[in-house]
Amino acid sequence: METLLEIKKLNVAFQYGKSSTQVISDLSLTVNPNERLGIVGESGSGKSVTSLAVMRLLPEKAVEISGEILFKGQDILKLSESEMQAVRGNRISMIFQEPMTSLNPIHTCGRQIAESVMLHSNATRKEAHIRALELLEQCGIPSPEQRMREYPHQLSGGMRQRIMIAIALACDPELLIADEPTTALDVTIQAQILELMKSLRKDRNMGIIMITHDLGIVYDFCDRVVVVYTGEVVESAPVTKLFSEPLHPYTEGLIGALPRLGTRTDRLEAVEGMVPDAGNMPLGCHFSPRCKYASERCGQEHPKLITLRDGRQVRCFQAEERLG
Amino acid sequence: MNDKVLVEMHDVRQHFPVRKAGGRKAVLYAVNGIDLTIFPGETLGLVGESGCGKSTLGKCVLGLHKLSGGQILFENNDISTLKGEALKTFRRKVQLIFQDPSSSLNPRRRAEEILTDPFAIHGLLTPDERRTRIRELCDMVGLSQNYLGRYAHEMSGGQKQRIGIARAIALHPQLIVCDEPVSALDVSIQAQVINLLQDLQQQLGMTYVFISHNLSVVEHCCQRIGVMYLGRIVELASSEELYREPLHPYTQALISAIPTIGENTGNRITLSGDLPSPTSPPPGCTFHTRCPYAADRCREEIPELTEKAPGHFAACHYAGEAGK
Repeated sequence: METLLEIKKLNVAFQYGKSSTQVISDLSLTVNPNERLGIVGESGSGKSVTSLAVMRLLPEKAVEISGEILFKGQDILKLSESEMQAVRGNRISMIFQEPMTSLNPIHTCGRQIAESVMLHSNATRKEAHIRALELLEQCGIPSPEQRMREYPHQLSGGMRQRIMIAIALACDPELLIADEPTTALDVTIQAQILELMKSLRKDRNMGIIMITHDLGIVYDFCDRVVVVYTGEVVESAPVTKLFSEPLHPYTEGLIGALPRLGTRTDRLEAVEGMVPDAGNMPLGCHFSPRCKYASERCGQEHPKLITLRDGRQVRCFQAEERLG
Repeated sequence: MNDKVLVEMHDVRQHFPVRKAGGRKAVLYAVNGIDLTIFPGETLGLVGESGCGKSTLGKCVLGLHKLSGGQILFENNDISTLKGEALKTFRRKVQLIFQDPSSSLNPRRRAEEILTDPFAIHGLLTPDERRTRIRELCDMVGLSQNYLGRYAHEMSGGQKQRIGIARAIALHPQLIVCDEPVSALDVSIQAQVINLLQDLQQQLGMTYVFISHNLSVVEHCCQRIGVMYLGRIVELASSEELYREPLHPYTQALISAIPTIGENTGNRITLSGDLPSPTSPPPGCTFHTRCPYAADRCREEIPELTEKAPGHFAACHYAGEAGK
């Protein structure tokens, strides 16, 4: 099976004034066709920057970009801007977190969906309109005819996110990147959107990258997870394995820090300390200052990402020793 | 639980005049008839989706709104009748912790100045005593004293929230309304702040009203939980009871909508539709438009909050029967 997306040793640095800061270092991951990959991390971990790199939408301050992003074997980073336009929104689409700021407030929803259809195919205005209607129906929007004529501000958050999904799906992408698609929504609406995305994927056979900070969503939605911390992959595993047997202390900490319904504990096991500044990375393992297992070696030497026999990956000396 | 009562609410109503599109006047029924008792030393959770009136109710308890109807008694005094010295004393006894620590701290003032405010406003302590007390507060909330000279933007979210907490506990309040205190924080920091709030409560014997949209957080922190929907409490029970045997269909849906680790979501109840607008709540049971079990009676008759089991209240004609 050909991999859909393969990121190889991606490095991104942002320029602030005269100095530059490494935001992503040596990040590698793969997405298979029809697979749902979760990228989990806290704010500043570089999960959104990774997705922007795949879309080639990094801000101007991203000065040093190296590595390869292979989409079906073709390096996206080497494409010209016009070649990229044939990929972006067409073969790879993206859903953003805040549907209100990603939709244009002065155009009707119908027009915004039809626009992306027309942009990427030779459809006439009329054909695009019909396609937009179809998409709205597939996204579970009641009375689509009327919604087509409405503006984003007239819709609720959940409806707006459905419009965003309809736009993203307009060209039947092979890869869909969802960057915190439900963070701005209420739980009951979040459940609706996740169900919708599950059923849409089944029909379309596309790969999905789900970027989130919510481990519950990962468990519910994804097949495989990549945990990122300070711009590095610290662990990668199939979902069930990750939760039953987390290898990296950070993953373990994230799972322990989560209050869970039905299991009453008196105290949450908080991960002490906080994410270090990008400009002030600790020597050695980036997680070592917060790690309860840290040894002297962790504070001095930077661990490499190792691959276990079963395909799981982890970046931790302790796990390395434990697993031989 | 204590027989003594700290706060008593009788049929509290808070309506706001609003203008709809086109300038038509309308009334927004933010809180619409709530009877609730808060006992000293407990943590009472208020949970619900955006627009259900949970924050408004929190502000009503603090006396920040002039009620449209009903009455709130704090230690048997009607808070709307408090004036002058009595009002000032009341204000010392109740405090608020906000959701967004960045917008609730003045960006132009250092942490130390922010923490001096409570004492200055109430004319307490000498400057020297204030300085010592502020340092004590820092220790209590686990913040290094070095941060006192910093501005809000020089601190991380977790640190800012700690300043917010220090400010709230400065005057030894009896009641703190925590309005989404951890929603803006990363998972690992969230757990730290939740633990801190619980420790402080034990140390100082405070009462919390804990407002959140996150049912798992509320279940972890609170002894009793009130579930709100469109300005009303639809279910009120101890947190174990509420999770073990939710009686209201909305609570059932809310619990099942949360993606939880280690749980199969195969038989999830997904609510259709959106929250109706609080400017025109549906007649009868306000939840009937989304309720999978709604019958004719629900469309006409408003269900009262009644005790279905000892200490377990629900506002549903078919509470406990529906869905079985």
